[in-house]
Amino acid sequence: MARQLGLVACHVCALVCHLTDPSRSAHCPRCAAKLHRRKPQSVARTWALLLTACVLYVPANWLPIMHTGSLFGAQSDTIISGIRYLWESGAYDLAVIVFIASIVVPLAKLIALSLLLISVQIHWTWQPLQRTRLYRALELVGKWSMLDIYVVALLATLVHFQAVASITVGSGAIAFGAVVVLTMLAALSFDPRLIWDTTETDG
Amino acid sequence: MLSVLIACHDCDLLQYKIALAPGSSARCVRCSATLYRRPRHRIDYPIAWAITAVALFIIANAFPVLSLQIQGRETSTTLLGAALTMQDQGMPLVAALVLGTTVIAPALGLVAMLYVLIPLRFGRLMPGFVALTRLLQTIAPWAMIEVFVLGLLVSLVKLQHLATVIPGIGLWAFIALMLTSVAATATYDPHLIWQHIADLDTADDIV
Repeated sequence: MARQLGLVACHVCALVCHLTDPSRSAHCPRCAAKLHRRKPQSVARTWALLLTACVLYVPANWLPIMHTGSLFGAQSDTIISGIRYLWESGAYDLAVIVFIASIVVPLAKLIALSLLLISVQIHWTWQPLQRTRLYRALELVGKWSMLDIYVVALLATLVHFQAVASITVGSGAIAFGAVVVLTMLAALSFDPRLIWDTTETDG
Repeated sequence: MLSVLIACHDCDLLQYKIALAPGSSARCVRCSATLYRRPRHRIDYPIAWAITAVALFIIANAFPVLSLQIQGRETSTTLLGAALTMQDQGMPLVAALVLGTTVIAPALGLVAMLYVLIPLRFGRLMPGFVALTRLLQTIAPWAMIEVFVLGLLVSLVKLQHLATVIPGIGLWAFIALMLTSVAATATYDPHLIWQHIADLDTADDIV
């Protein structure tokens, strides 16, 4: 491991540099970026962002993200009732896509990141490769949760025929957008190298 | 000396760099993360893709993405129009999120990429290119053209129950933009830029 040899990879240009005294600040000789052995306060920052996302997950699913007004009366939709509507109207493929992007992905991110953090904090040595793969998958799928925000924005812009039908955005959209951004920030501030640090200390 | 080494960004394993055949990539022996790639083609390719993407970006934003017809009345929207609607409906945060992820981040990414790559192609480094390389790295996860394209398709199907939906020029341009941006980033590897610069430096030394 680079760390045990007093070496560190620059996070901007990937040059391997000497970092013998981590208490003093050092800079990359090639691109002048500040060198860090690991992302700074990775565990604390990731927990903070993750817990905020957990709190906001409740209003994100509780509050309506869309209000529909039409000749047949007014209706408010949360994320789940929107998916149920899609399913009942026969658009099964669409319902599954939206369900995965809006429900499965955010929930999986919250659970998986918590597991990764706990596993690092209790110095778990079990299956570091699988845990690294889990982290990579999280980074990859995170942005797809934004789907519902775009759909609501497009529907609200297109559907405004005063008497016949009109759609406006609900306050749940703010909470949901915040959950997506916060879980993405949480994944970015987690350092996967921490997973491997514990496996090597005794070796 | 140290430049022959590479530390895996995912598991910190220290390894020797090896020369790669064009079109192949080096993976970490322990966690199989992609360490660096050697694209099949020269630096010209990401430049060509990025220039194409800039042209498509302008078209995609200038023309409506979707139009809707109900009882002889028609509404249509561009991407900016959708962001403005969020602002008008008292949701400035949602407007900023839509604008940031579909307009600002992709546009900054393309401009920064061209600013770094085109002068480099002619053996020059522009001032502030280190800051821009870092900017490229930071904004990459926040550019979400492909998610927006899926959002467009989902909206299209959803609205079909309600009225006649007409896909606009903007929609097609967004699909093409999605493909060209993927091609631009797939043929560009930040490690290659630093390698290129190291090669320029040694060439200068020889001269």
